[in-house]
Amino acid sequence: MSKETGKRRLALVASKGTLDWGYPPLILASAAAAMDWEVAIFFTFYGLLLLKKKLDAVVSPVGNPAMPMKMPFGPEAFQKIEWPIPNLLMSNLPGFDSVATSLMKQTFKKKGVATLEQLRDTCVELDVRLIGCQMTMDVFGFARDDFIPQCEIGGAATFLEYAADADVSLFI
Amino acid sequence: MAEYKQDRVLDCTGLLCPMPVVKTNKALKELQVGQVLEMIATDPGSMPDMEAWARQTQHELLVAHQQEDGKFHFVIKKTH
Repeated sequence: MSKETGKRRLALVASKGTLDWGYPPLILASAAAAMDWEVAIFFTFYGLLLLKKKLDAVVSPVGNPAMPMKMPFGPEAFQKIEWPIPNLLMSNLPGFDSVATSLMKQTFKKKGVATLEQLRDTCVELDVRLIGCQMTMDVFGFARDDFIPQCEIGGAATFLEYAADADVSLFI
Repeated sequence: MAEYKQDRVLDCTGLLCPMPVVKTNKALKELQVGQVLEMIATDPGSMPDMEAWARQTQHELLVAHQQEDGKFHFVIKKTH
């Protein structure tokens, strides 16, 4: 619990920057903030890409073998088909990731899921602390200016000090 | 059903988690203490989520039920 405000506190680590894995931290953070919790997200390693000014997260079915391969258009029976596309084939088809990314975005939009941009904007609006990892910036060659101005830059100690008083801490 | 007179209606139909909760919270901030917000959603997850949200924020959930048309209907009183 926050010593300053007495509010419940959520501390998240976002370590993945793909279209699919970008959702859980931003959804949990915005939901918690909407419940009047205090929230901080530490964006480290590939998760740091979620703080880029222009979000261009993509998804790859390769390495996500349980991802349902379904089409977001056509008759209902067609949409329910799970296409049995072998991983080996997907990994060798040029452009397959951009097709999968486009299909996932279409599906999410159609079902009423907010975009990553909308969720990030919501987090900013609800005063979620967005902490970009300095070490990741150094390692991958990013500059402060690559990221949205609303985030702060910090390191492990910055996050841990915040998380020390958290009621819920999750690594995603 | 509890008697109420809503001061504002919020339409969250077609929206999935966490947007009904996020939008409800935002709408409530724009109301005065004691005023009442009515919210309509189609996300089945909004039922347990709105109940949890109300417990956490301690606003009063006057109504939470599924209408005959399948939509979920909530009435919230701002308590603080």
